[in-house]
Amino acid sequence: MKKMLMATTAAALVATGAYAESHTKEVKLGVLLGFTGPIESLTGPMSAGAEMAMKEISDSGLLMDGATVASMRADSGCIDNGLAVSNGERLIADGVSGLIGADCSGVTGAVLQNVAIPNGMVMISPSATSPGLTTMEDNGLFFRTSPSDAREGEVMAELLMERGVKSIALTYTNNDYGKGLADAIESSYEAAGGEVTIVAAHEDGKADYSAEVGALASAGGDLLVVAGYLDQGGAGIIKAALDAGAWEQFGLPGGMIGENLPTTIGPDLNGSYGQIAGSEGNGIETFTTMAEEAGFDGTSPYTPESYDAAALFLLAMQAANSTDPAVYKDKILEVANAPGEKIYPGDLAKALELIKAGTDIDYVGASAVELIGPGESAGTYRMIEVQDGKNVTVGYK
Amino acid sequence: MDFLNAIVALANYVLIPGIAYGSQLAIGALGVTLVYGILRFSNFAHGDTMAFGTMIVILMTWWLQSAGVSLGPLPTALVALPVGILGCIGLVLLTDRLVYRFYREQKAKPVILVIVSMGVMFIMNGIVRFIIGPDDQSFADGERFIISARDFKNMTGLEEGLGIRTTQLITVITAIIVVALLFWFLNKTRAGKSMRAYSDNEDLALLSGINPERVVMLTWIIVATLATIAGVLYGLDKSFKPFTYFQLLLPIFASAVVGGIGSPIGAIAGGFVIAFSEVTITYAWKKVLGYLMPESLEPSGLVQLMSTDYKFAVSFVILLIVLLFKPTGLFRGQAT
Repeated sequence: MKKMLMATTAAALVATGAYAESHTKEVKLGVLLGFTGPIESLTGPMSAGAEMAMKEISDSGLLMDGATVASMRADSGCIDNGLAVSNGERLIADGVSGLIGADCSGVTGAVLQNVAIPNGMVMISPSATSPGLTTMEDNGLFFRTSPSDAREGEVMAELLMERGVKSIALTYTNNDYGKGLADAIESSYEAAGGEVTIVAAHEDGKADYSAEVGALASAGGDLLVVAGYLDQGGAGIIKAALDAGAWEQFGLPGGMIGENLPTTIGPDLNGSYGQIAGSEGNGIETFTTMAEEAGFDGTSPYTPESYDAAALFLLAMQAANSTDPAVYKDKILEVANAPGEKIYPGDLAKALELIKAGTDIDYVGASAVELIGPGESAGTYRMIEVQDGKNVTVGYK
Repeated sequence: MDFLNAIVALANYVLIPGIAYGSQLAIGALGVTLVYGILRFSNFAHGDTMAFGTMIVILMTWWLQSAGVSLGPLPTALVALPVGILGCIGLVLLTDRLVYRFYREQKAKPVILVIVSMGVMFIMNGIVRFIIGPDDQSFADGERFIISARDFKNMTGLEEGLGIRTTQLITVITAIIVVALLFWFLNKTRAGKSMRAYSDNEDLALLSGINPERVVMLTWIIVATLATIAGVLYGLDKSFKPFTYFQLLLPIFASAVVGGIGSPIGAIAGGFVIAFSEVTITYAWKKVLGYLMPESLEPSGLVQLMSTDYKFAVSFVILLIVLLFKPTGLFRGQAT
């Protein structure tokens, strides 16, 4: 009897709580990321980043007459389209006003076509980089704060041209990421007037890459561009190429930039160069400090982009003065891009005030957001050169 | 000059890697062939036996390195090798006592033993991953090159470089020593002769008073030794990863079958046949031909028969062809 009484009381309390909640205005944002699967180590900081922006806005009490923001997490599995789609539908049924996500390019496309478009829901992905998403029909509902790999191809081509490289051999890790990036590098570099002697895939996780390097070396080229992973076949290819004396300098796209690579390869890597998505300036610095105070790693990949995705949603809602995706979707590009007053992480309250006062804002955020084309990040890249066994930043593009 | 360049390029990308890889396969195939010839089953656990022996050598090497032991230009792993061999012998003898002996007493059919060896393979695989993890491990130290491609170019003034790694030379020398010792043992010693007799005709051997358990034990000891040596040489030359050792099973079996399974000479020949087929079929000949042919005939394509992705397919195809047309292999082993 006593137990029953307690249970009823508890239930009543919860019910009143829910009742009270529905009265104060609450904006729900879905966070659809791969909490399980191949990038599960990244999604912890990513969702923490997104939720930090939501908390900042909630605490300010300025969003649409004191509305609070609630985060609803759901798992995309990164490579599990079925799971991602059903979780996306669940979030919509739960009444979210926007979807942050998904994360990996494949599930992002699936959720966009099967959930977002039929329900008229806006998605901002912090980490999907496939060039295929640029041209996908999205009814103006899809945005991303990460750059397309096509952009990385352009940056790499410019970098190679600046350094006077006339011809390259290109090898990529045999998956969607590697293939997409290799295509992008090949087409941009050829458009810029360079010659690509060979494009060959390599499999990760093999013990010996001398046969692959033999084929690449036969084709020749001034430089070998390795669009792979630094802890995987990418490092193996470089090692085999150095052993055979086929190349002494390498082009290193984002997947190959990390402190591990100069350590594994040794001094022979000095002079090789490449680029990785990353911005300079106060945005990222402020963000890193804020993340540290909040107790997570702000330098983890795509974490700044996640903060920016959440912030863009809420600022656009304020600008449209509505949480209806059909209304605020047109405001996203407006708040993200110039002209207007620049907004950095930690300035979200100020941004809300400015919007209320009718002033234009230009959201810069943690990852130097600049949305181009159909709403994807223009992408700033950090130029890296290996000097004395260290990755040294030599500029930004 | 062009001719020299062509030869050097060929040596650098085909001959030297092929010889080193062939030697590693040959030692591995010798182990498989001995088990088949004497114990009469295909030992699918061989790749993982190699991984286990290599793992012990790696752990020992790390310990030696931390204690400051070094062989100068040679890899420290050579010092650790005997320990690895002993550990591997211990493991296979234990497996034999716990698993294979039971089936031997039952006079189980070879096909049952094959399946049993697959079970053993999975367990060994698990043990290795459990102890050292599934990742790449690097344990080579000492001087990496005897001559590096860059030095070679500077010395000779040729356009092409020729790199010879210390581990490649060690592989070839060790292979020669191991093979010589093995043949001396099989042909000259009493124990070796009894093994061959047991392999040729089990009943006759038993009648003439050969102790079968002793032959079996000797075989396992030799197989474990060969497996550890092959594994360490492969790991030093390339890298150690449990999964790649499991994958090595295919080329090793192909070598043993091509040469004639059960025949030691055949295993060695088969090792080189498989290694060179893999390397030459997937090699892009453009560079070599470019040096040899007059400018007008220079190939514009890569002149590559098959993409390097199909490396393993080559051993598969050769295996199939041999089984179809000459099941006894090049050197008349036992028909499979």
